Amino acid sequence: MTTRIVELRRGILKKNDELAAHLRERYAAAGVLVFNLVSSPGTGKTAFLERTLRELRARGTQAAALVGDLETDNDARRLAASGAPVRQINTHGICHLDAEMIGKHLDEWQEIALPALDMLFIENVGNLVCPSSYDLGERIRVVLLSVTEGEDKPLKYPTMFNSADAAVITKVDIAEPCGFDRELALKNIHEVRPGIPVFETSAKTGAGFATWLDFLAQQR
Amino acid sequence: MHELSIAASIVEAVSETASAYPGARVKEVRLRLGALASVVEDSLRFCWQLATEDTPLAQAGLTIISLPVIVHCESCNADSELDGVQSFRCARCGELAGEIRQGRELEIESIEIDEPEPSSAAPAKENT
Repeated sequence: MTTRIVELRRGILKKNDELAAHLRERYAAAGVLVFNLVSSPGTGKTAFLERTLRELRARGTQAAALVGDLETDNDARRLAASGAPVRQINTHGICHLDAEMIGKHLDEWQEIALPALDMLFIENVGNLVCPSSYDLGERIRVVLLSVTEGEDKPLKYPTMFNSADAAVITKVDIAEPCGFDRELALKNIHEVRPGIPVFETSAKTGAGFATWLDFLAQQR
Repeated sequence: MHELSIAASIVEAVSETASAYPGARVKEVRLRLGALASVVEDSLRFCWQLATEDTPLAQAGLTIISLPVIVHCESCNADSELDGVQSFRCARCGELAGEIRQGRELEIESIEIDEPEPSSAAPAKENT
């Protein structure tokens, strides 16, 4: 027997990273700006996205959404109320979306043509751990945190917050009864991801959406 | 939670590399995992056993090289190592520092294989 060391020096998720790189090229060629929305279950991603899609439509922006869940098409039906094209991805037990799933669903989605879109939102599976490792080719990763979750969530899930490009605080209309410490939440977000833009919103009242939509428009 | 997917990806990559060495047995797989890689070592070790079961990698060991986060500070222009991942501040001046220089690694560094002696099927040669 001869022992030999073989250097690999390759990313464990190389396959996903390569597929994500292809998606990124595809989005760029189509001129569509892609967002990946990540949060815990129950943060209000769907309500936030539904209002975002509705307000974008009102502004004349063509936006669509891909929504990931383990099971059910409930979220797709809720999002469709915005009038935007929506497609559900059921992962059947997998705790995150990956680039392969996105590519497959984009190929099969007959109702939309990427070049006709201005923006595409991918609502990830509710999970603050695993989706951080899987690049979906997005340009902007948005992490959401609700006022009901506790101000220390960024410290508990730093890897996700650190990988994000923008942060959204949801449900600010109920911040007071929840005893939400706004200053502390902002401090914790910046502690794990210095310099990240933060948007404080309520999908129910529309608070903070003007600023959020301006931010979206500026990214194009 | 996704460590099983990670373990399966490692098995796939290592098997692919090892197939270039017919008859070889993989003894060890070395990984480099950054503190921001979102991978729990214990969970990965457990999933490694599951993912390698009944495969040629079943006996292969897993060496995990853990890499702390290193940030670059714009204020004092220095790189420093963080104690954890709860606070991204320069260890030298205490300012917030968001530029990550190390810590996202999720890599297979190398594998160690045992190859059968090439002479085993052929007549033995001396002094080779």
